[in-house]
Amino acid sequence: MGFFRSLFQPRRSSAQVAKERLKIVLAHERASSRAPDFLPNLQKELLAVVGRYVEISDDGIRVTLGGSGDTSMLEINIEIESGKLKKSNGAGPALSAAV
Amino acid sequence: MLAKVIVVTSGKGGVGKTTTSAALAAGLALRGHKTVVIDFDVGLRNLDLVMGCERRVVFDFINVINGDANLNQALIKDKRHDNLFIFPTSQTRDKNALKREGVERVMEELKQQFEYIICDSPAGIEHGAITALYFADSAIIVTNPEVSSVRDSDRIIGILASKSRRAERNESAVEVHLLLTRYDPGRVAKGEMLAVDDVKEILSIPLLGVIPESESVLRASNTGTPVVFDEDSPAGRAYVDAVARFLGEQREMRFVKPERRSFFRALFGRA
Repeated sequence: MGFFRSLFQPRRSSAQVAKERLKIVLAHERASSRAPDFLPNLQKELLAVVGRYVEISDDGIRVTLGGSGDTSMLEINIEIESGKLKKSNGAGPALSAAV
Repeated sequence: MLAKVIVVTSGKGGVGKTTTSAALAAGLALRGHKTVVIDFDVGLRNLDLVMGCERRVVFDFINVINGDANLNQALIKDKRHDNLFIFPTSQTRDKNALKREGVERVMEELKQQFEYIICDSPAGIEHGAITALYFADSAIIVTNPEVSSVRDSDRIIGILASKSRRAERNESAVEVHLLLTRYDPGRVAKGEMLAVDDVKEILSIPLLGVIPESESVLRASNTGTPVVFDEDSPAGRAYVDAVARFLGEQREMRFVKPERRSFFRALFGRA
């Protein structure tokens, strides 16, 4: 049986399996562990600034640093709940007061 | 002459950091460079045993940092080669005894005397390992062709890029080199072990050398002799090649293909 199976169904070697598993796990770990330390702070500050203009919830913002090869990309996703845009009159003074 | 600081590191334990540190230091000394090898594994001193000078340790790294001894009292001159010195660590259980300022002062002093300073890192990514890599100009990433070792190497490469002094000061990055150890070309040919090219591709750092799995490595540590002094040993010769490449020479990779076994050995022999 074993002979026929090996004849018709080429199996991947364990080294190939190891290589594929490593590639997948390292892709994940590189993205998370090599993220710079400032990301959480950046996220908090963005939340504060954007929050002055539109209503967003604490978990409505996602900041990630990704990219491939020589280029990196800072990706900022902010979810705005529909119909929750603040009026512009209150926002202006708030910003200038902060500066 | 500006001294070069080289850290031998891996993340994972038991992959051959101390063997490599000893071989690299002895190899550089044999090539005429005045070299010191420092044990950073506080509490688990072993470099002295591998270098065969365990009975000559009087003062250690912590004594020098604390000012209880001066550097020249603690440095042990190797009996086999005039260019080679060993700087043993302490057996204290206080893992944080290596204060960065103290280490920095000792490093500056060593740089006045030596061309190469080899730092034998402890395993892990804790204080000791970070201190060992902090001052590095180059890093040798010792890796076994095995999943956990490759993963940990990737981690330590990331740490070198973010936590070393060069990274903190925005200087040119620490030069990293891959050293693949315990390589078994026979098992690679059978698809049972990651190949050199696989590991190179995954870690994407330049390859300094491949050290074959060899009985001579255990024999060397049994007797306290760096394996490069064993000229008949494949591992010793592979380390000599790696040292030459480190010094900028071109050398073909040896010991990466399965040895051709004679008919009789294949029939009756085991090795």
